[in-house]
Amino acid sequence: MSSIEERVKKIVAEQLGVKEDEVQTEASFVEDLGADSLDTVELVMALEEEFETEIPDEEAEKITTVKLAIDYINENLA
Amino acid sequence: MSEEKKVALVTGASRGIGRAIAEQLATDGYTVIGTATSEGGAQSISDYLQAAGNQGCGMKLDVADEDSVTSVVKSVSTEFGAPLVLVNNAGITRDNILMRMKGDEWSDVIETNLSALYRVSKACLRGMTKARWGRIVNITSVVGSMGNIGQSNYAATKAGAEGFSRALARELGSRSVTVNCVAPGFIDTDMTRELSDEQRALMLGQIPLGRLGAPEEIAAVVGFLCSEAAGYITGETLHINGGMYMA
Repeated sequence: MSSIEERVKKIVAEQLGVKEDEVQTEASFVEDLGADSLDTVELVMALEEEFETEIPDEEAEKITTVKLAIDYINENLA
Repeated sequence: MSEEKKVALVTGASRGIGRAIAEQLATDGYTVIGTATSEGGAQSISDYLQAAGNQGCGMKLDVADEDSVTSVVKSVSTEFGAPLVLVNNAGITRDNILMRMKGDEWSDVIETNLSALYRVSKACLRGMTKARWGRIVNITSVVGSMGNIGQSNYAATKAGAEGFSRALARELGSRSVTVNCVAPGFIDTDMTRELSDEQRALMLGQIPLGRLGAPEEIAAVVGFLCSEAAGYITGETLHINGGMYMA
């Protein structure tokens, strides 16, 4: 079983069409990884499926970097 | 069409234009889910779909109720698959000249004809963006462009739906989801059968083709907009009105 960090980074890479090694922990989806607003919504949808959870819209809006996504999963699911 | 049948959701499908659209999409090979506001309406949809050999069914849905929309879209997705074609057809009229219009005549029409587009479309977007393919067709009206006495509420919703569609077309273009409107003129349905002979004669005088349209003539265009062939049309409104309004 891979760590939460690895799973999150894999999904980010798949959704945004970037290489996994470009997905640095501190990377911002929009500024560093070239995501548009629809990409960020779809990314949250993919995280919801991977971790079998529902992320409320008001929380989803705050998840703007790889680190924030990992932190959210760790705090709410670990 | 791929070997797996796509699911099409048509609101207000128990009669009139909505029924013709549901039947057209069934012919075109979709699994069709039609909605109606009553159990009886939903049953009649199930009956005609079954008679056409379609695997879909009718379901009870109040497009003005968010919970109803969420639960119907969820159960369609579970039972049949996420709808990749959505036809927002359900609509009502509460005609009155503005000086006599009541607050609820205004708000009922806004909720059912316009806010429903927000609710139903939003509920279906997840499936379409994920599939990287989708078709949304909103049924508007010539009245949205021309206006009509006693229909300020209805006209506002139909013009509003066209603006909504253009915005959504821009939002979803990158996912190959198209969003268009079909604007019927006077079509031979229960709605127009209520008119007096005098009103009818007056109306026909404004239509170059000199007759009412048939629901099937609307449905054929909706079927085209949902097809692969129409993949480069988005944010557009197609008018079908026998020439009574030419943009």
